[in-house]
Amino acid sequence: MRHGKYPFILAFLLPPVALYAIFVISPYIQAFYISLTEWSGFTSQATFIGLDNYQWLLRNEYFWAALWHNVLLLIALPLITIGLGLFFASMLNVGGRRGTMQITGVRGSSVYKVLYFLPQVLSVAIIGVLWRYAFEPSTGLVNGVLRAVGLDALTRAWLGDPSVAFWCVLAVLVWANVGFYVVLFSAGMQAIPRDIYEAALLDGASRFATFWRITVPLLWDTIQVAWIYLAIIALDGFAIVQIMLGNAGGPSRSADVVGLVLYRTAFMDYNFGRASAIGVAMFFLTLTVAVLSMRASRRERIEF
Amino acid sequence: MTTISTEATATPAPPAPRETNTAESSGLGRFNPLRLLNGGFLLLWGVLTTFPLLWAMMTSFKTNNEILTSPWELPSSLNWDNFARAWTQANIGRYFLNSVIVVGGSLILTMLLGAMAAYVLARYEFPGNRIVYYAFVGGMTFPVFLALVPLFFVVDNLGSVPVLGPFITLNSYGGLILVYTAYSLPFTVFFLSAFFRSLPTAIAEAALLDGCSHFRLFFQVMMPMARPGLVSIGLFNFLGQWNQYLLPVVLMPDEDKRVLSQGLAALAVSQGYRGDWAALFAGLTIAMLPVLIVYLIFQRQIQAGLTAGALK
Repeated sequence: MRHGKYPFILAFLLPPVALYAIFVISPYIQAFYISLTEWSGFTSQATFIGLDNYQWLLRNEYFWAALWHNVLLLIALPLITIGLGLFFASMLNVGGRRGTMQITGVRGSSVYKVLYFLPQVLSVAIIGVLWRYAFEPSTGLVNGVLRAVGLDALTRAWLGDPSVAFWCVLAVLVWANVGFYVVLFSAGMQAIPRDIYEAALLDGASRFATFWRITVPLLWDTIQVAWIYLAIIALDGFAIVQIMLGNAGGPSRSADVVGLVLYRTAFMDYNFGRASAIGVAMFFLTLTVAVLSMRASRRERIEF
Repeated sequence: MTTISTEATATPAPPAPRETNTAESSGLGRFNPLRLLNGGFLLLWGVLTTFPLLWAMMTSFKTNNEILTSPWELPSSLNWDNFARAWTQANIGRYFLNSVIVVGGSLILTMLLGAMAAYVLARYEFPGNRIVYYAFVGGMTFPVFLALVPLFFVVDNLGSVPVLGPFITLNSYGGLILVYTAYSLPFTVFFLSAFFRSLPTAIAEAALLDGCSHFRLFFQVMMPMARPGLVSIGLFNFLGQWNQYLLPVVLMPDEDKRVLSQGLAALAVSQGYRGDWAALFAGLTIAMLPVLIVYLIFQRQIQAGLTAGALK
């Protein structure tokens, strides 16, 4: 039975490991070295310049502006998305109580879940292009609806306006992500035993209290995962900003993100050393956020 | 007589206060404004998610003039030629085909290599097993941006490999297929190895005792048993790879080789200048419709597949 085990293991493991090593592990390691060099890529060899790229980065105002936008996203996106997700999920799963003590979802909750999830299956390119034109001042959907309901005063250039472009991006990210978390939290809420709610209601707990004292604590693990997922999306933002607002990151770079600064530095300015330094900075940023959110949200696990 | 009448009047009485009591204490009644408000929010979000998609589809049937003059009225007639223009002149057909080729190849390769690695790591003990496993799983935590610049040159340098070079370098289907596969492996290995570990061992042992080779055991016994897991992760990888944007933008700059997501984004810029909005919206609809149809058919599996990763 042991016969032939090692050749088998080798045959099965070697192709995926080789592929992974070439395309994933080796670039990750190379990035750290390239970030210490001055390199325009196509012409000469990379010359070692120590930490100069990082010094350039610390003094670069575009980088800091972009980083600030990522930080704003990092705070606002999880808060709004998880808030809305929890609200809609609790409506759908424990919202409908028809006079009696029965805990049920509202009518049509499965239809809502299907609809809410729709943006999740669309590519970020489709979402970006769709909203780029929905925010279009003259022919777009948003201004069209505002004019139709008589709110002409609220119409504006949206993506052309430096003071609102970033918030449009945030709104689109929320729009695209809420559905996933409604479904995710719904699955979690289905697993919470009904009698816990019923007992609380018999004791006179309000809907608000059952939400904060039962639903949120029992879903804490899932909320924590949601937070990390959304944090990763918030630290990226490259695709949606580039598609909606172009390579410059919006009017006056008002919605620029770090990923886009990296892309411009590497593939438009051909400064690969500096671009790698930005990549390394993003890596440590992601790592810090992951560790912090793990720490901050650590609680005792509740078994039920 | 008197007892009956008092009973008749007394019996309905007790439930009544109880009913009003519960309605008051839990803040819920039959005509509760709060509930109506909540229902309103649910409906509002439903409209917010679907309306922009319907608007885009509706706009794709309009003439360019209608788009400019009446942005959100129904089209006066169905202009199917918008779709023809999008498909041929705007190259959406070409981009669609490129996406099918790349995702078709990378999905097969991801499932095969991912299942192989996950199976061996989950069910065979050998020195270094944990190291390899954590090397794969660790890949989930790194941002792709960190690897972007070196990855570009790794793929570029593959062009100098004898014979195979041109098929796996920048602007080649093969290169992008290999990169997609490599970056899908961490989560695939993580998910499938948990799945293989949960399968019963008795059948595998019986098969080996009967003289079945390790290879046959994998392909004819374990793979069929792991089908639910393979379907979930397959759907997950399909959507992830079909929707990928960053990697093709960097590795497939050639206009003829663009994948759908990339081509659509480029189109949004060029058609915007040219003023052919109708073709752009038709292209958007062409890109959107297949995914939406697949989703509406398999919505249960897709929702389960996409959320499974977060719940594990």
